[in-house]
Formats: sequence, structure tokens, C-alpha cells
Amino acid sequence: MNRIHLSKLSLALLAALPLAGQAAGVSDGVVKVGVLTDMTGAYSDLAGPGSVAAAQMAAEDFGGKVLGKPIVVISADHQNKPDVASNVARRWFDEEQVDVVADLVSSSTALAVMPVAAAKKRITLLSGPGSDPITGDRCTPYNVHYTYDTYSMAHGTGSAVVQQGGKSWFFITADYVFGRTLEEDTASVVRAAGGKVLGAVRAPFPTADFSSYLLQAQSSGAQIVGLANAGADTVNSIKQAHEFGLTPKQSLAGLLVFISDIHSLGLEAAQGLYLTTAFYWDRDDESRKWSQRFYARTKKMPTMVHAGVYSEVMHYLQAVKAAGTDDADAVMKKMRETPVNDFFAKNARIGPDGLLRHDMYLARVKAPKDSKKPWDYYQILKTIPPDQAFPPLSASKCPLVKK
Amino acid sequence: MTQALFGQLLVGLINGSFYALLSLGLAIIFGLLDVVNFAHGAQYMLGAYLAWMGLTWLGIGYWVALFAAPAAVGILGMAVERLLLRRLRGLDNLYGLLLTFGLALAVEGLFRQGFGISGNSYPVPAQLTGAKNLGFMVLPIYRAWVVVASLVVCFSSWLVIEKTRLGAYLRAGTENPRMLQAFGVNVPLMFTVTYGFGAALAAFAGVMAAPVYQVTPTMGSQVIIVVFAVVVIGGMGSILGAIVTGLGLGLLEGAAKFFWPEISGTVVFIAMALVLLLRPAGLFGRQR
Amino acid sequence: MTVRARAVLGYGLLVGIGLAAPFLVYPVFAMNVLCLALFASAFNLLLGYAGLLSFGHAAFLGAAAYAAGYVTREWGLPTEAGLLAGVAVGAGLGLGFGALAIRRSGIYFAMITLGFAQLVYFLAIEIPWTGGEDGFQGIPRGKLLGVLNLDRPLVMYYFVYAIFLAAFWLIQRTIASPFGHVLRAIRENEPRALSLGYEVSRYKLTAFVLSAALSGLAGALRAFVNQFAALPDLYWHTSGNVVLMTLLGGMGTVTGPSVGALLVGVLENYLAGLGSWVTVITGTVFVLCVLSFRRGIVGEVRALVKRSF
Repeated sequence: MNRIHLSKLSLALLAALPLAGQAAGVSDGVVKVGVLTDMTGAYSDLAGPGSVAAAQMAAEDFGGKVLGKPIVVISADHQNKPDVASNVARRWFDEEQVDVVADLVSSSTALAVMPVAAAKKRITLLSGPGSDPITGDRCTPYNVHYTYDTYSMAHGTGSAVVQQGGKSWFFITADYVFGRTLEEDTASVVRAAGGKVLGAVRAPFPTADFSSYLLQAQSSGAQIVGLANAGADTVNSIKQAHEFGLTPKQSLAGLLVFISDIHSLGLEAAQGLYLTTAFYWDRDDESRKWSQRFYARTKKMPTMVHAGVYSEVMHYLQAVKAAGTDDADAVMKKMRETPVNDFFAKNARIGPDGLLRHDMYLARVKAPKDSKKPWDYYQILKTIPPDQAFPPLSASKCPLVKK
Repeated sequence: MTQALFGQLLVGLINGSFYALLSLGLAIIFGLLDVVNFAHGAQYMLGAYLAWMGLTWLGIGYWVALFAAPAAVGILGMAVERLLLRRLRGLDNLYGLLLTFGLALAVEGLFRQGFGISGNSYPVPAQLTGAKNLGFMVLPIYRAWVVVASLVVCFSSWLVIEKTRLGAYLRAGTENPRMLQAFGVNVPLMFTVTYGFGAALAAFAGVMAAPVYQVTPTMGSQVIIVVFAVVVIGGMGSILGAIVTGLGLGLLEGAAKFFWPEISGTVVFIAMALVLLLRPAGLFGRQR
Repeated sequence: MTVRARAVLGYGLLVGIGLAAPFLVYPVFAMNVLCLALFASAFNLLLGYAGLLSFGHAAFLGAAAYAAGYVTREWGLPTEAGLLAGVAVGAGLGLGFGALAIRRSGIYFAMITLGFAQLVYFLAIEIPWTGGEDGFQGIPRGKLLGVLNLDRPLVMYYFVYAIFLAAFWLIQRTIASPFGHVLRAIRENEPRALSLGYEVSRYKLTAFVLSAALSGLAGALRAFVNQFAALPDLYWHTSGNVVLMTLLGGMGTVTGPSVGALLVGVLENYLAGLGSWVTVITGTVFVLCVLSFRRGIVGEVRALVKRSF
């Protein structure tokens, strides 16, 4: 049906435009980017409205047009419900000619939308979710996983912190698949790097009061307390660790922390925390320049998810331009061929499993006295190169990877 | 080993004092108005947010907020009772539950719209910062204050209800409001004030919780379900029952976190099932 | 109008709208609404006719979805077996929870069911095979009777629709049966029903298990429609939503819950851009319903019809 639609349209265009040969590349006279994200739920601060703003910035910076056709950014709230997400995506694909879905924060919504998009030959650009099956056994040929995955968080923080001298570890783990994966991955990296794991405690998810787990971490005497959790759990555990005097004697390592979490916690409670991030606004001139523009628009500094959304949408638009069409196969091919080179990533490539492998950064949260300006939160300790940060293709569970 | 257990139990007691405060408010409202106040969680959250707004926007400190926020939420509660809940009197008490459920949703949604989800951090008041090393554990001074203050509030509420004339009216109103009206007591006013007081208790717990937990729009809905289970276990017939059950379940949770952390999130519900099996009316309840 | 004529009219309307639906709106959306309508009708059997307010029906919907997904994806069983598994899990959970919860009544009942549902929610998070926050993905729709390919949207739609009608018919029959009359008698005056010699708790438990089993059917069906099972189905918001659907449409009416499900479904899907205003609207609608609209849409319409003739 789409095919018929396409040829009808291009016929119409042929008649109407002198330069129709080129314009026929865009299927329906518009390149539509749908930002499907969590506008108000648990992930709305790290993605949400900021992701929409980032996608709009990308469209504007590209000039608002590609191949002579307007770029339109639309958005919807999936409320963290996979059924809502896949319904919206279907409607977008069939009734609103959306070419590409961006962000898809929360892994359940991403995993629900990916097969829908692949069946309709539309592209998904994930920035918010991190779950490993996305580029593992549930991978699709039309998906790009852009910003981070659990592997990169675990491996980045695990190995880099041990190298910084944090040899003995204790984990406070959110007791569900995500938390347990983070803990197991990090523990194996810590051991491989010559560190020791003294113990772990599994806290039900979600938990508001971490005091008893913190007491167990305290009595373990470990140098580093790894927080294998996310979101509100991480924030509450950091806050209470400060209250119980865990820090600064022991150091915390957050295995999935966003700058929005640090902002809501405040530096007094968060200082000294180790974390891995794909992006920090104040890292170099390029990142600062882009982030200031983002700040002027949203009154918040971007999280790595926001930066990822801008960069992925930009990369997509450039690929459309280079391919001369918005046909998903051709665009995916171009996106894979061309390395990403911008303020977000340098010389990074998308693998056959859909994962963009790029530099990650080990950061440490500054003490209040070292923070000179608003949002001056991180000290970047180390750049983690892609081959250390991301899983090797040889170990991929994705059926698309030819071994 | 025993020392560590003792630490966990103490931490459990701290959580238990929040449960006690919240279930006390629920029990008082239920006792007189026959309404399960589903908005209790939202009122708890409101208390925490009012404290935060006071500090951030107006520079009002913790100690003022500890009284001002409950007062404000109490007045709001009285308005809710007067304007909304009153219209449901004489109907099945399920409607009261549904009305307050709707209110809770609306308030939570508004705060999510206004403040985002990550929430905001409220500092521990300067007088109560720091921690004391007890040998077997490090006890933050603020947490000790939480236990003491909650116990004082809980037991003075109990004393007022059991030993004063006002309390006697209240108890009489629970048994037979029409009779009390006949004696010339303004029962509708008493209903309003009681609901306001219950709401204020929730807000008080919220202000107490603000420095401990992240202040978020969803903090209330997370705690309210556990508190409901506490209330089922204790039975809502008695004020003292609500307090004792709250504290006891905090201790039970503490023990669970030590012996079997994986079930600590569900232990309250398991206890609820057991109590229903063995003593359907609840530990302190009367069958109604 | 007689009860029978009304039922026929209601049925006729439902059948007509249902047959045309996939051509008017998105099939997957229509299927989701049907599943919710079945869920709400099953819930209404309990609230509207037995007077029992359960705040834990999400447990039956969600657990059945996981069960249906598990037996088809992991064991390779056919779709029909998945549906049966869903019904069985719904009924089993319903029996367990019901046996305990009916020991108390009224609001205690509501709080107890809420607590048990939360227990199931926590378990679903912790059990490894549910995939935690990722959800249980990639559930195959399979082939009906080994022949009809359910991956085709219209085939799937009419399959869902047929099941909905059958379940709806069953619910309607139950309500009209002597069993249904006893339930209403219990709702109106429990001590009286007891003194008349009815084993009240057995009736309540039967109604509860039936309602849970049908909710399980709705959950299993939904798992095949969406091809995943996920945590939000188990969360207490879902339990609250089904109360809202029933209340809004009209509790104790045959078609009310379906009308409510349609409205709530539209609200959630088409107002998705409004973000948490949806929660605010939902809450406000709740309050308004309770204050001045207790009969719900269908109930009000019925009262209007009665008055004008």
C-alpha cells in the first residue's frame, strides 16, 4: 500500500516540479521525526521535553529542509507504557507518515516499538533506554542504539574506578533483571581488573528507604559502594548514604546516573560519586557551545540522552541528504557507512547490531566548594575508548551479526 | 551479628514511626467519618512539598514548616471535607474511597506537571545534622529525632482521644453521631475538624520525611499502599492499635531486611495475608 | 422497555459498532479497547452486581498476560492454550486472594485486594523470566486452530471480537441467572441473604473467581494483541483505571463498562500529548463521577429514557 502511495505521489511530483527526479526521493513530501518519550513519568527529566527540544534544534540547525522537503518534528508521551508506545508508533507510521522515531526512553517501550518499526521499514533511533537485549537477541536491522547501554555503564565505571584505586567493592542492587545485570557485569569487570567484591545486597525495587542496605555496605568496609540501580532508587540511596556518614569514608559509584539526578540531589549529598556518562556539557568548547544553546531553550543543561537525541537526529538527516532518499534501507546503509563526528561523538560507527560505539567518560561529582558556576558538577577523570566501553561484536547475541 | 540485627531493628523502628503517624491519621478519619482516606498519601506529599516550597521560595525554615505545612494542609483538608466529602454522607462508604482516590490522582498529576518527577532535595535542618556512632551502627541525629517526634505526636493524639472531653465526643461520634447531635454537639463541624486533623497528621509526616527521602510527587502513592496493609493488619477500630501496628511492622521490615532482603518489600503484604487467615478482624480490630 | 429488550438493544449496538470498528479506527487500538471493555465488564460483575470493590484487578489482568506469553513463547504451545493458561492463572489467583479477602467486606476488601495486587507486582519485578522493566517481549500471535494466521490485523481483530462477545454473553447470562439475583440480594442486604439461608461467602467467592478468570482472559488476549506483557498492567493505576471505566460507564449496567473502557481508552491514547494532565483529568473525572454522576453514562441515559416514556 505504501508503495502505491509512494509512486502516486512521485507521479504527482513529476508533473508539478521541474526537479522532480531528486525530490522523488522523499516519500511523501515531508521528512517526519517522531519523538516518542516519557513526558511526565519517571524518565521525564532525563529525556522527556528536553528530548523533544533537542530534536527540534537538530531540525532547525539542519535548515528545516532536507532534499528540498520540510523536516517536521512531532512528539508524544508514551507514559512508560509499552502498549501506548506501540499504538502511537503504529498510528504514526500508518496515518502520519512518520519516517523515524527518536529517543524511546525506557527499555520496555523501546523493545515494544522496535519490531513494529522494523515490520514497516521505519527507523528507530534510541537514546534513552539502555537494556542489553536491544542490540542483543532482540535487535532489528532498522534500529540504532545511540547513547549508552548497561554494558557501557558497568564496564566503564567498573574498570575505570579500579584503575583509580578503588579495589574493594560492595553492591547495593535493585532486585530485578536490570539491577542484577548491572551488578554481575560490573562485578566481573572489577575482578578482571584486579579488584575484589566483598558482597552485595539485593533491595526490592522500588525502595524509598535504603538505610538498612547502607548499614550493610558500611559494615562491609568496602572502599567503593556500587549502586546497581536507577532513577529514584539511586537518588534516595545517594542522599541517605550522605546522611549515614557512609561518604566520604567510602565512595559511591553510580552505575546509571544522569546529570538531572545530580541536579535534583545537590552537590552536598552527591559529592565524590563516580559515574560513567556519554556526554558532559562542560567537557570541551564544542559541547559547551551546544549545551549553552540547549540551556537557553530549556533552562536546563542537557543530559547525555538529550545530547544523543540531537546527534542521532542530525546523523539521520545527513544520511537522508547523502542517500538522496528517505527510504529506510538506503538511509540505514548511509548511517552505517558514515562515522558520527560532532560535539557528541568522534569517529564513532554504528555496528551491524545497531550499537553506536563511541567514547564514554568516567566522571566524579565535585564538592560544593569546587563548583564555580551553575551546573558545574562533574570532573572528567578519564576517557574510556569505545573498545573498552562497549561490548565487542564477537560476543554479540544479535542474529544480524555475521561471525 | 546481633549488633547488626540491632542496627536493622532500629532503622526499622524509624520507618515504623512513619507508618504509625500515617496509619494513625487514617484511623482517626475512618473512625469518625467512615471514610478511607485514599488522599492520605497525597496529603503526606503536600506536606513535604510545602516545606520545600517554603524553604526554597520564601526562606521559611524547617521548624516553622513543621507547624505551618500541617496547618495549611489541615485547612485544605477541612475544605475538602466541607465541599466534597460531606455530599457523600449516607451513601455507601466506597464512594468516599473513590472520591479521595480521584483527588489523590489529580493532586499527584498537578505536582508532576509542576515539579517534574525527579523531585527536589530538602536539607536536614542545621541543628540536627551529623550522626552519632553508637558502636553497633551510625545513627544520623535526624533519624533519632524522627522517632522521638513521631512517638510524641502519636501518643499525645492518643491521650487526647482517650482522656479528654473532646476525645470523648469523638468516640461517641464514632459510635452514634445522631445521639451526639441530640446532645447539642455540632457534629458536622466535628467531622470537618477531624478530617482536617487527619490530613494535618499526614502532612506532618511529610515534613518529617522531607529531609530523609527525596521530595517527589509520587512519594505519597508509594507509601500509602503499605500503610493500607498496616491498617488492615492492625484493624482500624483502635487508635492505639494503629500506632502499635505501625511501629511493629517497621520492626518486622527491619528484621526482614537483615535476614532475607529480597522479601523485605513484600513482607508487609505477607503479614497481611497471615493475619487475615488467623484473625480476620485484624490484631486490634472489631469485625464491622 | 423490558430488561430483555434493553439487553437486545445494547447487544445490537455493541455488535454493530464492533463489526465496523477496525475500518473506523486503528485495529490494534480497537483490539485494546475490546480487551479493556472485557476487563471492565468482568470487574463490573463484581462491583456492580455483588457490591464488592476490588482494587486489585490489575493482578489478574497482568499475571494472565505473563502466563499466556510464557506458555506460547517458551513452551511453544498454541494461542488457544495461552488463553486457557491466562484464564487458569486469573482464576487461581482469584481463588487464593478471594478466599482471604472476602473475610472482610467493604473498604477493607478494597484495601486487601490492593495489597495482594501489589504483592504480585513486586513478584513480577523480581522473577527473572518476566524481564523486569524490559517486559516480556516477542509473544507470538500464532495461528488459530493451526490455520488462521493471527498476524493479520483483521483476522486478529475478529478473533478478539468473537471472544469478547462470547465472554460478554457469559457475563450477561450470569447476571440474569438465579446466581446473579442472589448476588444482588447480597449486595442490597447481606444479613438478610444470610438469614434466608444463602451461603453468602460461597456466592461472593464464586463471583470473585469468575470475575478474576474473565479478567485473566482479557489479560491473555491483550498479551497476544500487543505481543508483550509488561509491568504497567500489574500496577495499581490499572486497578484504579478499571474502577474508573466502570464508574464512568455506569456500574451495574450491562453495557456501561464497555462505554467507559472506550472513553478511557480514547482519553489515554489520543490525549497522550498532554502528559500528566491526563492524570489530572482522570482524577477530576473520578471526583465528578462520584459527586454527581454516580449512575454513569449508561445509567443516566437509562434513567432519562425511563423518565421520558
